[in-house]
Amino acid sequence: MNQAGFPLLSMLTFLPLVGVAIILTIRGEEAVVASNARWTALWTSLLTALLSVVLWAKFDPSDGGFQFVETAEWLPAWGITYKMGVDGISLLFVMLATVLTPICILAAWETIQSRVREFMIAFLVLETMMVGVFASLDFVLFYMFFEGVLIPMYLIIGIWGGPRRVYAAIKFFLYTLAGSLLLLLAVLAMWSAAGTTDIPTLMTHAFSPRVQTWLFLALFASFAVKVPMWPLHTWLPDAHVEAPTSGSVILAGVLIKMGAYGFLRFSVPMLPDASQEFAPFIFAISVIAVIYASLVALAQTDMKKLIAYSSVAHMGIVTIGIFTFNAQGISGALFQMLSHGVVSGALFLCVGVVYDRIHTREIARYGGLSDRMPAYAITFMLFTMASIGLPGTAGFAGEVLVLVGSLKISLWLSLLGGMGMILGAAYMLWLYRRMMFGALDKIDLKGILDLSPREIAIFAPLVLLTLWMGIYPSSFTGFFEASVGRMVDHHQAAIGAATKLAGVLR
Amino acid sequence: MNWTIAIPEIVLACCGMAILILGVFQKDDGFKLCSMLVIAALGVAGVLVVAGAQGPGYHGMVVADSFSTFCRITILVASGLGVLLSMDYNQHPDAGHQKLGRFEYPVLILFATVGMMIMVSASNLMTLYMGVELQSLSIYVLAAFARDTTRSSEAGLKYFVLGALASGLLLYGISLVYGFAGATGFSELARGLADPASVSTGLIVGLVFVVAGLSFKSAAVPFHMWTPDVYEGAPTPVTAFMATAPKVAALALFVRVLIGPFGHLIGEWRQLIVLISIGSMLLSAFAAIGQMNIKRLLAYSSIGHVGYLMIGLAAGTAVGVRGVLIYLVTYVFMSAGIFACVIAMRRKGRSLESINDLAGLGKSDPAMALALVVFLFSLAGIPPFSGFWAKYFIFIAAVDQGMWILAVLGMAASGISAYYYIRVIRLMYFDTAAGVAFDVRPMSLSVVAGAGAIFTTFFFLFPAPLVSAAEAAAKVLFL
Repeated sequence: MNQAGFPLLSMLTFLPLVGVAIILTIRGEEAVVASNARWTALWTSLLTALLSVVLWAKFDPSDGGFQFVETAEWLPAWGITYKMGVDGISLLFVMLATVLTPICILAAWETIQSRVREFMIAFLVLETMMVGVFASLDFVLFYMFFEGVLIPMYLIIGIWGGPRRVYAAIKFFLYTLAGSLLLLLAVLAMWSAAGTTDIPTLMTHAFSPRVQTWLFLALFASFAVKVPMWPLHTWLPDAHVEAPTSGSVILAGVLIKMGAYGFLRFSVPMLPDASQEFAPFIFAISVIAVIYASLVALAQTDMKKLIAYSSVAHMGIVTIGIFTFNAQGISGALFQMLSHGVVSGALFLCVGVVYDRIHTREIARYGGLSDRMPAYAITFMLFTMASIGLPGTAGFAGEVLVLVGSLKISLWLSLLGGMGMILGAAYMLWLYRRMMFGALDKIDLKGILDLSPREIAIFAPLVLLTLWMGIYPSSFTGFFEASVGRMVDHHQAAIGAATKLAGVLR
Repeated sequence: MNWTIAIPEIVLACCGMAILILGVFQKDDGFKLCSMLVIAALGVAGVLVVAGAQGPGYHGMVVADSFSTFCRITILVASGLGVLLSMDYNQHPDAGHQKLGRFEYPVLILFATVGMMIMVSASNLMTLYMGVELQSLSIYVLAAFARDTTRSSEAGLKYFVLGALASGLLLYGISLVYGFAGATGFSELARGLADPASVSTGLIVGLVFVVAGLSFKSAAVPFHMWTPDVYEGAPTPVTAFMATAPKVAALALFVRVLIGPFGHLIGEWRQLIVLISIGSMLLSAFAAIGQMNIKRLLAYSSIGHVGYLMIGLAAGTAVGVRGVLIYLVTYVFMSAGIFACVIAMRRKGRSLESINDLAGLGKSDPAMALALVVFLFSLAGIPPFSGFWAKYFIFIAAVDQGMWILAVLGMAASGISAYYYIRVIRLMYFDTAAGVAFDVRPMSLSVVAGAGAIFTTFFFLFPAPLVSAAEAAAKVLFL
């Protein structure tokens, strides 16, 4: 049994499904059903968040291995087990998913008015899938959750999205599916090579370098779409623009982290030689992503699209950090992912606030909002600064760590990656100026209301997290230091063995 | 001579004749009674199959082993679902059309089932042929059962003419094999062909003809042309039946023939099967995109699924056969379920077949829409549904054999085909137009759709029993 004394991770994963079952039994008038569905979903997700705090409290940061491990027989004779567990890397992602879900449900409280029950069901199913992705320690189990995410997200974009939702939903689905299918082939190939799909075992299994190359490419196809990396990013702006606010938040906050998590959990530890070999390639396309996406963001007239492109740029920093293979780079990437999850989620919520009032995301339709919405302006300011990476906010520590890590690889990498911070400041500050400052000359903005208590409740935890991560980052890095250290050592050892072998052969 | 081997088939055939006689003396059409009796007979046969003796019988003409037991049970379940699906529809035909509810209908399904059971337990090319013909003749009649509609008659005729041609090819192939190898028994053939020197060109030609005939029966490219037309034209319950049990029988037969007697010639037939597989997968992926009729769409989808099944066969290993068997079982439940939904697509007593008629179903009938979502995602192979597991166990065989091109093409096809499945889901949920509700569903359809959806959704929880049963069945062929 694990240190919690009960199957904590399974409960975390499947508790939302209990909420789904309860919502399914609700009968009655439409308004009553909607209200009951909202409350059930909120309480379920809050309870899940509370449980995840137990996980957080009982987690032992000094141990770099997997904790809270649970196993159950599934297909024992064929090397597939139901195995759950978290290490320092996945723990905080589980937390991110469980914390963002209640916020998203609150954000959808008033904006989703049609088919509320179905929306809440989809969101709770999504939560199960997200937690499952980060908590599973079996590759097949992981794959099930990883691809299962598609179903609720497809429906969320397609049913409750904007005018071009059908196009965006199908594009999202097909892009991600195409990548995932190659991932499945890689799972099968790993199974046939190692005879198991157990992740910790696979991490220690030495695949031959030639096999590694192919496996890496297959994994890359899936994770790069999910991250998304340039040039496979085009689904993201569409999906973000069309998705309802809460859908965008969870997409930016958690779903796109799955790709980077995949790199960290599978590509780098399981395929060290191939990762080393492909690192320059990853750096190249990451740098392109950072600079290109930032420039594209500068040109956007739609707020959501702008933030979507900024996500592409920020995730470029993340992939640079992962493939530096040193502790600073990987820790920075992890921190950047967490901060991006909170900050970009918050920025999408900020967009949602004005969208709910004016029903447009056109930047030009706004201006001078700070006059009528001071609280909103301050909140938006904080998240803008965090997105830029101002010291004292969440965005700072991650970017700096990644830059330090990449400096060990090459000055140019660090320099070009750092361009993202400069360009990021440009497009975010410019966005802020166009929305908040200037004369308030649009008639419909004159009567706009500031944040409602519900919205304040949504933003409060995010503000808190942003400041906490900025002021005292080591309370987060402490969780993954041991795991990252282990991962780096493992990588160095594997690479060392390979070079030694090459030396002997030569 | 061990005559007890064929007791399930004998009992089932006798039941069929008894039900036939009983049906004639009924005052009304006797459809309901006969359907019930047929389901009962199928159940009895199932018990006999499970409890029956194992081993070869009738001088090596048939064999009962765990492979045939597995397949026979699957076929019996599929046929039972097929009868169940027809019960309401056949009694309430579309306005202005003759009733399909005549007592011959379930009896024909029963005889087709006997034929299929013989197919999967054949251990001689002649028994095989008898089984194929019994099954085919029954289904030709079923396809044309709505004899006052031109579409159904056309479907029946088309299926009959092309099917007869395929049977001819098969028989010709069998005669060539017999001519060049001197035997029709599976074990004699296997023994005789073990020596590479005994393999002549004539035998290979015969083998190719056999493969062609069987490809027709399982609707694989390039012998798939009849499928969309027959699926569309035949009465929907008949289509539902054709999409389940006969698929199981044809594929199981394909596996047994190629792995058993021609197992040593794997180098010869593997390339054929690989081509058939790739052709089926890609054709279905692209051709189904443009279909607006749900029955045609499912026809093309079934061609694609045969393509995936062929991957397992092409691997030619126990792992591959295991994958085929798992795939067949999950496919039976998905297909029966989705066809239950298609049969339920009626407004004011008129059957509808256009996928546009599903628009707005998510609002007008959430339960049916949810079931369809389960089936469509499962057919597309999205986890956690059973369709994903089916694909998993199939592709594992290809990967195991290092057949990477086949595996990658299969994955590509399955990615493309996801498009037409999710397009249907899009219509049901994303269209803002409020759909007009369908007529009230009869109980039988709800039961089949519900059972199918539950199996498809929750298969992942307890996959081990089916997987180990399939593994045991597959191993028999490689003893």
